[in-house]
Amino acid sequence: MEKGRSYTLKVWRQKNAASRGEFKTYQVNDVSSGSSFLEMLDILNEELTKKGEDPIHFDHDCREGICGTCSLFINGRPHGPEEEITVCQLHMRTFQDGQTITIEPWRARAFPVIKDLVVDRSAFDRIIQAGGFISVNTGAAPDANAIPIARENAEVAMDAAACIGCGACVAACKNASAMLFVAAKISQLAMLPQGKVERKRRAQKMVEQMDKEGFGSCTNTYACSAECPKGIEFTHIARLNREYLTSKFTS
Amino acid sequence: MVFDSKIPEGPLAEKWTKHKFNLKLVNPANKRKYDIIVVGTGLAGASAAASFGEMGYNVKAFFYQDSARRAHSIAAQGGINAAKNYPNDNDSIFRLFYDTIKGGDYRSREANVYRLAEVSNNIIDQCVAQGVPFAREYGGLLDNRSFGGAQVSRTFYARGQTGQQLLLGAYSALSRQVAAGKVKLYKRTEMLNLVLVEGKARGIVARNLITGKIESHSAHAVVLATGGYGNVFFLATYAMGCNGSAVWRAHKKGALFANPCFTQIHPTCIPVHGDQQSKLTLMSESLRNDGRVWVPKEKSTVEKIRKKEIQPNDVPEDERDYYLERIYPSFGNLVPRDVASRNAKNVCDEGRGVGETGLAVYLDFRDAIKQFGIDVIKAKYGNLFQMYEKITADNPYNTPMMIYPAIHYTMGGLWVDYNLMTNIPGLYATGECNFSDHGANRLGASALMQGLADGYFIIPYTIGDYLAGMPYDKVPEDHPEFKKSEEEVKHRINKLLNINGNRTVDEFHKELGRILWENCGMARNETGLKEAKKEIRELREAYWKDVKVLGINEELNMTLEKALRVADFMELGEVMIDDALDRRESCGGHFREESQTEEGEAKRNDEHFSYVSVWEYKGDNKPEVLHKENLKFENVKLTQRSYK
Ligand SMILES: Cc1cc2nc3c(=O)[nH]c(=O)nc-3n(C[C@H](O)[C@H](O)[C@H](O)COP(=O)(O)OP(=O)(O)OC[C@H]3O[C@@H](n4cnc5c(N)ncnc54)[C@H](O)[C@@H]3O)c2cc1C
Ligand code: FES
Repeated sequence: MEKGRSYTLKVWRQKNAASRGEFKTYQVNDVSSGSSFLEMLDILNEELTKKGEDPIHFDHDCREGICGTCSLFINGRPHGPEEEITVCQLHMRTFQDGQTITIEPWRARAFPVIKDLVVDRSAFDRIIQAGGFISVNTGAAPDANAIPIARENAEVAMDAAACIGCGACVAACKNASAMLFVAAKISQLAMLPQGKVERKRRAQKMVEQMDKEGFGSCTNTYACSAECPKGIEFTHIARLNREYLTSKFTS
Repeated sequence: MVFDSKIPEGPLAEKWTKHKFNLKLVNPANKRKYDIIVVGTGLAGASAAASFGEMGYNVKAFFYQDSARRAHSIAAQGGINAAKNYPNDNDSIFRLFYDTIKGGDYRSREANVYRLAEVSNNIIDQCVAQGVPFAREYGGLLDNRSFGGAQVSRTFYARGQTGQQLLLGAYSALSRQVAAGKVKLYKRTEMLNLVLVEGKARGIVARNLITGKIESHSAHAVVLATGGYGNVFFLATYAMGCNGSAVWRAHKKGALFANPCFTQIHPTCIPVHGDQQSKLTLMSESLRNDGRVWVPKEKSTVEKIRKKEIQPNDVPEDERDYYLERIYPSFGNLVPRDVASRNAKNVCDEGRGVGETGLAVYLDFRDAIKQFGIDVIKAKYGNLFQMYEKITADNPYNTPMMIYPAIHYTMGGLWVDYNLMTNIPGLYATGECNFSDHGANRLGASALMQGLADGYFIIPYTIGDYLAGMPYDKVPEDHPEFKKSEEEVKHRINKLLNINGNRTVDEFHKELGRILWENCGMARNETGLKEAKKEIRELREAYWKDVKVLGINEELNMTLEKALRVADFMELGEVMIDDALDRRESCGGHFREESQTEEGEAKRNDEHFSYVSVWEYKGDNKPEVLHKENLKFENVKLTQRSYK
């Protein structure tokens, strides 16, 4: 492990939702190549605090790539330069000693900035509330093995269900579309017999809510899939389109 | 102090059924007249909140993350137990009960653990109905695996993301109730105080983390589902925001705290890389099925590896100490979590630990790869190896992994009765934040089970029994008790913001973690614990004089959030030490050095310590008072564990 590395950071600072933000440049020293990207920011924040400067705010929680909280746009890419990881899984050995790194929040109309690098992603919650569920009350379930599900289908459902709701797909898209996020949930539930009953209504409601939230439209550039830390494939978008169209034609 | 566990009479297998029948009911039309606060949207909280909503209650759900889906339950990997016996390997409710109570080293209640095993099957049914994509066999039926040394395959899983999938299931049920108008979500809102009116829990005071506004919320009952307090150690496998504040504030308002010193240490975590480390990452325990644990026999070899004069692979066979295989010939590398952890610590204390910090042991797959071929190992552990490589930049196919134990779970928590109610009427605790089901040591795949059992199948019934006796009247949020609690919170916040000292919150937190890890971690003794108690007190005093918290309350201020949590950890840490001091036996994951066999193994002392330690808060700077709930075992025979 190499110690004592330095980096120049250009970080988006914005006091609150109402204020205008700007880039500020910081120097961070004594970083070990084994540190994670967020630990590097911790080091800088400790220094800023000691100097009496407001630490940089960024969202994070599990630091294991599963909760979907971390959300940094690094050198023009959501979650940074490596494939299929979240920024909390990114390590400083990926960057060269002395490199300049630009850090921005997710940029999308539907994800307003709260402070610095922290954005509001509640639009995603509202999309799920619109229909991203199976209507079953507690206690009303039959035996778990009563309905066999072909393994291939269960696997596709699981591929889609792996979405962590981080919003990188939206940040990656030039139209800030949320299609991949919506498609992943619709696809998961459409692959399972339990989810079939409500599929039409679900597709309509979720797409409607997505539009209401101010996400852009999907023009099939597939940037979303390319940047998804969980490798969710854009084929789910095709399934969403099918679900949505059939629901339109038959309702 | 009176506290009654309310364990129903009668044979074990009939207790819950009979008890349910005896619980009072709230008429369906009257449920909408009651408001329930649920703090936490992990498995325990989201499942309870969704179920309450379905039943017709009005629910307010609070959490500190930006979305309910991000609660720490999301990070659980391995799986969830249930007594379905689908593989037909002679599993049963009784066997799951037996394994869980034995795994807990006989420090939990028979009746609670039996009920947990009893409702475990309903959980799997419920989750499948919600669309949780559990692993399946080719025939389309659910797949099971064995976990944590169990002799039957009873663990259901969704790849390595079981917690995520279960939580997303509960979150979807919760979202449905939000849409139905029965649940209101309070995101980025942290509970900072509990409010009692006439001795009953009637609400909470919380801080809106974005605006800083201190808000009062009134209800007829309050359910805490706020998870474990393992972050008291600073380094742990918990998410960064996990905290003990909600339970600690409840404790200071009179809720009893049980078994605070029972924390779980997981043997296979990625070792600390240096002092810039912010958290630890768990590697699945399944790795010990094929990996062999070793350190060099001689310190000089360790030095050579550290100086990169030789590679670990260059160490000849006769200079390696496969210490688990040597000490425990019949279980070898598969000894339980506590034994594996403690022995890793021992060899590192002897100076034979590897890695840059000397706090690591090898987990070597060389022989397994030789025996089974690389493809077999890849198929079994590919994703884990990849995750390891991402973090450490070492390739475990070519060089041994390095592992070290880390704090992973807290068995201790708020004391609750059989109804999951604390000793404060109307205050409930579910999931990891209560103490009820895991005794001194939790078995793998049982925390997810407990969270969902509590939330879907227990508290929805037991809360009705309490509410049925409550008038519908609401306590207004400007009631003097709310105002008083708000003032307490504001006072603490102002105090922290005005210290403007020289040391950061993290510096204090790291120091607290060090004290506890060294003295109240895997091994403890009286001298160390007494010293630690003194050190914590000094640290706490220093904290309130010298901590530096910048910014103001009326904005997103993550340093302030942390500062409030660490302030509570400082107090909670001291009770952990009091509890560890009292428990002069080795038990579960806790090796009390004064209580060991001649061979140096843990020695439980059933004669004197077969009780739940129940701590009562008596006021600032006053010693906490210990009460004991004696444990009765009528259905299992207590045995000492031996793995030699
Ligand atoms: C890496 C890892 C792997 C694990 N793997 C397994 C496994 O395979 N099988 C298993 O059974 N168990 C496993 N566990 C344990 C298990 O995940 C947890 O015990 C369980 O998920 C806890 O659930 P919970 O609902 O009680 O709490 P949590 O999921 O921790 O939820 C706590 C909730 O409370 C909220 N909260 C906390 N404090 C406050 C406050 N002051 N104000 C407002 N809200 C607050 C949070 O926002 C959150 O919503 C694992 C744990 C870890 C760390
Ligand atoms: S912090 Fe949880 S995914 Fe990055």
